[in-house]
Amino acid sequence: MSTFKDSVDKALNNPNLGGALGRFSEAYAVARLKAYEGIDIEALRNRVAAIKGYAAEHMEELAEQFTKMATARGAKVFRARSPQEAKEYIANLCREKGVKKIVKSKSMASEEIHLNEHLQKQGLTVNETDLGEWIIQLAGQKPSHMVMPAIHMTRDEVADLFSKEVDERLSNDIPKLVKVARKELRSKFLEADMGISGGNMAIAETGTIALVTNEGNARLTTSLPKIHVALVGLEKLVPTWADAAPILVALPKSATSQLLTSYVSLITGPTPNDDGSMKEMHIVLMDNRRSEMAADPVFKQALQCIRCASCLNVCPVYRLVGGHVFGHIYTGGIGTILTAWFDELKKSEDIQGLCIQCGKCKEICPGKIDIPGLILEIRRRLVQEQGQSVTQKAIFSVVNNRHLFHGMLRAASKAGKFMAKDGFIRHLPMFLSELSEFRSLPAIADKPFRDVFDTIKQPVLPGKVAFYAGCLIDFAYPEMGEKLVKILNKAGYNVTFPKGQTCCGAPARYNGAYEVAAGNATDNINALLEKDVDYVISACPTCTGALKHEFIDVYENLGQRDKLPKARRLATKTMDFSTFVKQLVDEGKLSFKEGVDLGKITYHDSCHLKRTLHAEKEPRQLLTQAGYEINEMFECDTCCGMGGSYSIKFPEISKPILTRKLTNIKATDCKTVAMDCPGCVMQIRGGFDKEGSKIQVKHTLELLADALK
Amino acid sequence: MFDLFKAKAEAVSAEVHRFATKKEGLDFIRQLMTTEGIADEPQSYAVWTECPFLEGVDRDELVKEFPGLKFNVTRTFAEQSKIGITQMHWGLANTGSVCQNSTPAEERLASSLSWIHVAILGTDQILPDMPTLLEKVDPKDCAYLAIISGPSRTADIERVLTIGVHGPQRLVVVCIDDLGGTN
Ligand code: SF4
Ligand code: SF4
Repeated sequence: MSTFKDSVDKALNNPNLGGALGRFSEAYAVARLKAYEGIDIEALRNRVAAIKGYAAEHMEELAEQFTKMATARGAKVFRARSPQEAKEYIANLCREKGVKKIVKSKSMASEEIHLNEHLQKQGLTVNETDLGEWIIQLAGQKPSHMVMPAIHMTRDEVADLFSKEVDERLSNDIPKLVKVARKELRSKFLEADMGISGGNMAIAETGTIALVTNEGNARLTTSLPKIHVALVGLEKLVPTWADAAPILVALPKSATSQLLTSYVSLITGPTPNDDGSMKEMHIVLMDNRRSEMAADPVFKQALQCIRCASCLNVCPVYRLVGGHVFGHIYTGGIGTILTAWFDELKKSEDIQGLCIQCGKCKEICPGKIDIPGLILEIRRRLVQEQGQSVTQKAIFSVVNNRHLFHGMLRAASKAGKFMAKDGFIRHLPMFLSELSEFRSLPAIADKPFRDVFDTIKQPVLPGKVAFYAGCLIDFAYPEMGEKLVKILNKAGYNVTFPKGQTCCGAPARYNGAYEVAAGNATDNINALLEKDVDYVISACPTCTGALKHEFIDVYENLGQRDKLPKARRLATKTMDFSTFVKQLVDEGKLSFKEGVDLGKITYHDSCHLKRTLHAEKEPRQLLTQAGYEINEMFECDTCCGMGGSYSIKFPEISKPILTRKLTNIKATDCKTVAMDCPGCVMQIRGGFDKEGSKIQVKHTLELLADALK
Repeated sequence: MFDLFKAKAEAVSAEVHRFATKKEGLDFIRQLMTTEGIADEPQSYAVWTECPFLEGVDRDELVKEFPGLKFNVTRTFAEQSKIGITQMHWGLANTGSVCQNSTPAEERLASSLSWIHVAILGTDQILPDMPTLLEKVDPKDCAYLAIISGPSRTADIERVLTIGVHGPQRLVVVCIDDLGGTN
């Protein structure tokens, strides 16, 4: 087992960590919405993204303007290209001014360049003053969360650390521990020769540094010592003074669910010291590959980040393993991206794999960053740089050969005692065993849908729909395909099943193998557009997303522009099952049996249906019209842990995510849970089977089929 | 505007009091200094920074009443004080914040080192929100714009909200209706 896998296991087995992060993320979701009450979040996100996007595009120009304005106000601005230059500038300044003692308020940029270690090596005393940062400094650790650096530690651990520091046995009473910190650090503030802060914004128009804090330590850091150094990354630049307002509106709400933090300070040039002298103010504007990032057409959007960390708070993986595993200084999904740039691509190799691509973070990011998209791009570049591993290549070649794939799966499921019983495989041989450890797998159908299809008799109807099955319906759930044909026949559509269709390319794409994905795209486009049809319909949201968006994306990414027109043609014809059926019902082509009460069910939003295809209302409306009453579960739109090949690569993470989902479903007391994705059906059905639960797990189409007239 | 300001400020644990006249406001502050036992010894001082509110106030009389009250706001007095009194320039209704041009060091010493920050505010200086504030303030005339919402707080240990880390443990806002024009 690799050391990375070890660290994942260790994190998963740390009950304090999982407990703290889990409780926090649950509370956060509610508190955040409350903080945004009465605010048009989408308009605000657009505003923030536009301001930061503009700043990224005009980085150099704004850096020059900032330098000019801040200099005019009496600050010294140093442009550091590399971490080394930044560290040396500050160390030299200390030497020159005879600085011995430094206090710091929170700065992720200083963590990024390991500033403390550098200054301590020069014999300087450096004290973090943000409570969380001080705790991890005493513990000799790195932050595990960008806003709450010590969230992984318990009050007992903190009491131990503080006891050692003040040489007195302290209890784990939190208010008392906070008082101890106040007292200890107050004397350090008063003695310090220099205060180092970060900066939440650097306003180019005015040369202003903005600091957003709660504890009051930044106010002391920038007031008591006679020298103030602000270490600020170039991505913190914003064009104008007025631009600061929307960011100050969004940041506290997204970061800590506060309307505003206790203290916001907008500092423009040096201020007087309390002895009447003028403060020396130095601003280190650090590049460390940010300008390179700004020039990258794909990654420049990562500079729209305002470091609110809300992407961590909603991430189903982060809340299980925390930032010491999922991240490296900068944590979670965005941390993975920043690590790949500010540190090196290779450093992100392990951690990028942790993203299950659920898209939760993207939906709430105030900077509107496509975090999962950028992580895929990292994956792609890693593959480009290092090549695909041999086993992965072998898997893709099998997946791409439909007959071989089906044959192999069947052989595996039939091999002796692994024989499937009542539709499930509960044990798998050898290397596949982890797959069925926490959930049973569907038995491989005797006849894949492609063969079943030929036996279905359809009347001759005016409309034409091509059905794209995807692997799971084709090989595991052919009965779903049959039901779909029946439903569409009722609406007046003949269904065709173009036999040339193959894997949608999602597995290859998710593993960074874009060439393979492009090959899949081409085969599918040719097959699906071969005969003229009105619509192309899929009952798998991941496949639908591939047909509608990813084929285009993959071609664009590889520069295969000649293939785009056909890909776009396919995209306009493609719809997911529920959205299409909703349309048919609205057009009067389908109607439900009247006056039936089918009882209560709950509904699980599949990641790609909700966040790629934006179809959260359609299935609910259809199921309600059919006669079901929907009883919403807690976290209905949180990932089930399937994530395609993710559950093969990280079964240990997939499992607890699934457990949470099962618990939330059970808490509704419903006997049936509906969803629109065969992958989620496989995961959740398998989970309940393993538990011996009788809860029915159904694709929406299975429930609708019997309810339609 | 005041009602919203008060509601939002109290939601972040600030205490808000409103008075019609300066005299009533002053009486309230005197009362607070009595309750808090302001005395001429370390840890018990009160510091009060130079401000329009003090115009026409008999400071000698006040110091006679409270020998621990210091109008000369030094680092030592501020650090050893129980109460820091400053006059704020603006309020923000939708976040319950008080704002000040804190360029003079004394303003920051008094409002960040003491245990109780008393923030005097003209009721008519309450603005609707942050964008309005930034329109009003020109950083050319304001090197240190401080926006304060409630007391100092942290949730860094097990996310338990704890009040009074490095800054004041109480923020007492004294709104006065007839301060008008003294900004
Ligand atoms: S990526 Fe978005 S959500 Fe994550 S820290 Fe940055 S701004 Fe916040
Ligand atoms: S896409 Fe999902 S798993 Fe990936 S970083 Fe975002 S929230 Fe986490």
